[in-house]
Amino acid sequence: MDADYLIKMANQIGAFFHGESAPGQAPADIAGHIERFWDKRMKAAIVAHLAAGGHGLEPAVRGAVEIIARAQTAKAAS
Amino acid sequence: MYAIDHHDLGTPATDGAPVTLDIDGQSVTVPAGTSLMRAAALAGGAIPKLCATDTLKAFGSCRLCLVEIEGRKDFPASCTTPVASGMKVRTQSETLSKLRRGVMELYVSDHPLECATCPAQGHCELESMAEAVGVKASPYGGTGPRHQGQPLDNSNPYFNFNPDLCIVCSRCVRACNEVQGTFALSIDSRGFASKIAASQDELFITSECVSCGACVESCPTAALSEKSLITVGKPTEAVSTTCAYCGVGCSFVAEVKDNAVVRMAPNRDGDANHGHACVKGRFAYGYATHADRITKPMVRANITDPWREVSWDEAIAYAAGEFKRIQAKYGRDSIGGITSSRCTNEETYLVQKLVRAAFGTNNVDTCARVCHSPTGYGLKATIGESAGTQAFTSVMDADVIVVIGANPTDGHPVFASQLKRRLRQGAKLVVIDPRAIDLVRTPHVRAEHHLALKPGTNVAVVNAIAHVVVTEGLAREDYVAERCDTDSYARWKAFVSQPANSPEALEAVTGVPAATVRAAARLYATAKNGAIYYGLGVTEHSQGTTTVMAIANLAMVTGNVGREGVGINPLRGQNNVQGSCDMGSFPHEFPGYRHVSDEATRQLFSSAWGVPLQGEPGLRIPNMFEAALDGSFKGLYVQGEDIAQSDPNTQHVSAALTSLECLVVQDLFLCETAKFAHVFLPGSSFLEKDGTFTNAERRISRVRQAIEPLAGLADWEVTCRLSNALGYPMNYAHPSEIMDEIARLTPTFTGVSYEALDRLGSIQWPCNADAPDGTPTMHIERFVRGVGRFYVTEYVPTDERVNSRFPLILTTGRILSQYNVGAQTRRTDNVAWHSEDRLEIHPDDAEARGINSGDWVGIASRAGDTVLRATVTERVQQGVVYTTFHFPESGANVITTDNSDWATNCPEYKVTAVQVTKVSQPSEWQTRYRQFSKETTRVARETPLSTAG
Repeated sequence: MDADYLIKMANQIGAFFHGESAPGQAPADIAGHIERFWDKRMKAAIVAHLAAGGHGLEPAVRGAVEIIARAQTAKAAS
Repeated sequence: MYAIDHHDLGTPATDGAPVTLDIDGQSVTVPAGTSLMRAAALAGGAIPKLCATDTLKAFGSCRLCLVEIEGRKDFPASCTTPVASGMKVRTQSETLSKLRRGVMELYVSDHPLECATCPAQGHCELESMAEAVGVKASPYGGTGPRHQGQPLDNSNPYFNFNPDLCIVCSRCVRACNEVQGTFALSIDSRGFASKIAASQDELFITSECVSCGACVESCPTAALSEKSLITVGKPTEAVSTTCAYCGVGCSFVAEVKDNAVVRMAPNRDGDANHGHACVKGRFAYGYATHADRITKPMVRANITDPWREVSWDEAIAYAAGEFKRIQAKYGRDSIGGITSSRCTNEETYLVQKLVRAAFGTNNVDTCARVCHSPTGYGLKATIGESAGTQAFTSVMDADVIVVIGANPTDGHPVFASQLKRRLRQGAKLVVIDPRAIDLVRTPHVRAEHHLALKPGTNVAVVNAIAHVVVTEGLAREDYVAERCDTDSYARWKAFVSQPANSPEALEAVTGVPAATVRAAARLYATAKNGAIYYGLGVTEHSQGTTTVMAIANLAMVTGNVGREGVGINPLRGQNNVQGSCDMGSFPHEFPGYRHVSDEATRQLFSSAWGVPLQGEPGLRIPNMFEAALDGSFKGLYVQGEDIAQSDPNTQHVSAALTSLECLVVQDLFLCETAKFAHVFLPGSSFLEKDGTFTNAERRISRVRQAIEPLAGLADWEVTCRLSNALGYPMNYAHPSEIMDEIARLTPTFTGVSYEALDRLGSIQWPCNADAPDGTPTMHIERFVRGVGRFYVTEYVPTDERVNSRFPLILTTGRILSQYNVGAQTRRTDNVAWHSEDRLEIHPDDAEARGINSGDWVGIASRAGDTVLRATVTERVQQGVVYTTFHFPESGANVITTDNSDWATNCPEYKVTAVQVTKVSQPSEWQTRYRQFSKETTRVARETPLSTAG
């Protein structure tokens, strides 16, 4: 799936949680939203984009995708 | 003429203390304030009447309902005389008969007595009252001045006004005033010259009349009469059902003759509409039998092939075969389905069940994605339920009403009539909208404040209002402390209190004077009951969900949730938006808004449906398009939804649909989406099937079959056949069995059944052991989520910015006579009022571009360009242009972008940067569109089906 499309969506989610989340909590909140509302291939694509350098992802969003990537790795291993 | 099965009680009901009196020797007990006429009718009697009807205040003009009261010398009109304790009334006597005959003879002397050929024959009140008082002819002969031979006004496409038949009872005038609230009719002149006049004695079609039909219904003769009573004939059967247009969900009696609808008469017992209707629901049902209806299934291997008519079995087998082939080749998640808010609850439930259980994926979505998905997310997060909090009648207890991003007189006209009634009683109105919608100033209604904000700044305005509430000490701290999460409240309060959120700081952003924001905030916050109503002007933004949350914050901080007269009220666009969402149409939720990742819920459905179910969310509609373009999504089943016209960035959508290997469209017509389809399954209109709709107030109402399905099958039957062909059995004998399954699996629906709906009329969910008759008002003692949750709602400007290349902002909306993509209303005589989409532009912007009303103008955005005709008007503010999207050839969505809401992907229809220029020819897209439409709608019965690619 087109990376620019997903980057924009992810950064928009990040912009909301920038104001809403408690300090330090934004990455987890963003990751939680993506986990609950994005399809598997979309999550896989954004994780792949991160693995390719994650260009364009805002810092908190990058942190969120890292959380998702770790969860996927853990799930694959279990 | 009223519904053929209606019994009129003469005057409206009252709710006073019981009063006992004697009527014709019978003891009668009725509420204080009841008229003698109504009391007699409730006791089983019938006092003759002409000017009285129970939907209108008593008027006392016809003098036919005179009665005798013991101890009084005169003969008072029973319609205007209230009951009194111990009163003794006689409704029949020789003297009364003589008086009534005298009155009736005068009426009859000036009325044609050609009853046998009259369209109202059998239901004409003048005819029946003449018979009741014993008058068969006028003793005055045909001499002297009369009102006969006046010109017929047949300008309205749906009804005639024949002044020769008018008895000047004023029922039409009063209906227009009291019921509809348009004040388009009046009695012109005086005495013998008195006559009914539309606006300034104009034809109905060119007057201010909005064609709601209230006047036609209230007319006791055939002076105002539906043309269908002549063209189709007199109805012989009445079927109670629910309208298929907007989210008000009006109840109607479909009057039928020989499997054809003669009239749609609004149901007096309808809990949503109370006997009122609009031009769409009452009159615009002709699409159901329009020549464009496709009634035979069709298939083709490629969209460049002509369609080939086939049997149901062949079409279903072909679709199932293609879906299986695609899944075998590309994987289980390469296909999906879309449910429709124009279909019933039972049908949407079945489609999502088919996708989850038979396809084995969660790739199901619904058209609510592009309208109210932010409502679902925002209200669930803040107050715990993805639905409005009130019944429509709640507005009659509101003291201050805030309308945000909604245009009720056009989009939800029957609710608007009720809203205007409350405003005429003295409630105050605040309108927050970029345009001067009719409610800002209309007869007997004027908004106290109109916050004409710049499109895209809703969050900033609502935050500014909240800032005033909190910083001026207007917050209901006691309510918040008792009912809300105090930690989130503290964080939110600190946020909105910041100077950056003050009206003054945000004035440059929103364009709304700070003083106006402050005044509106004070008005709402200090009201005894403050109610918020909102529409797509709130949700269809990149911050749609944030605005819904901001609205919920505002309602909670002012204590305006949990009782009559207050609340958060989303005005749903289509009739079953609420229902389609309730039924689990979103890719992340099962019916009842339960997330697919919830193990217990998934086990419940898995056990009931007999198959394993996925715990990961599926694709949303915009995601489906992206996945189609990247090659991972290849097959789609679309029931009753026209994504090619209704979704934004048309060229993007077209490219995605073109890339599908199998698109199955189930619809009434070869709609825009069907032009990209490989299988067409004929749909059935709401008149042709049984089921239920759920309106904006969570009210579940029955849809009942009035005529036979034109294609032989109702939509739910088609879905069952497709599922069976896929190898997943669906065997329901009737939609009631589907509802029974929904009730078994959905905690908020456990008390819902067709038996309960027949018994109660309609039910507002939650309906279960705790609320066996339903729940008109939610969150009364506590919020559904436990405590109300405040969210910090930072204003984030949209990425869609104006610049020198695109200096104007385009926003979109609806008009009264047309509905959504227009598939239904364009195929009715409603085109008499609106036959094309136009671009509204402010006079200053028009002048700068040399544009006059009626000129063709090109509208170009970053997504595309199209051409419309211009209407120069001050209704839009400078810098903003506006259009509707009811006609596909307009290409309104060629211009809109694929920007969307951060939480839900609801498209940002309301903000598109554009340039407007005067042009002389259609856009390139429009030229291509005409050719494409011609090529993709060909039907060739003899063309063999080529092999799928």
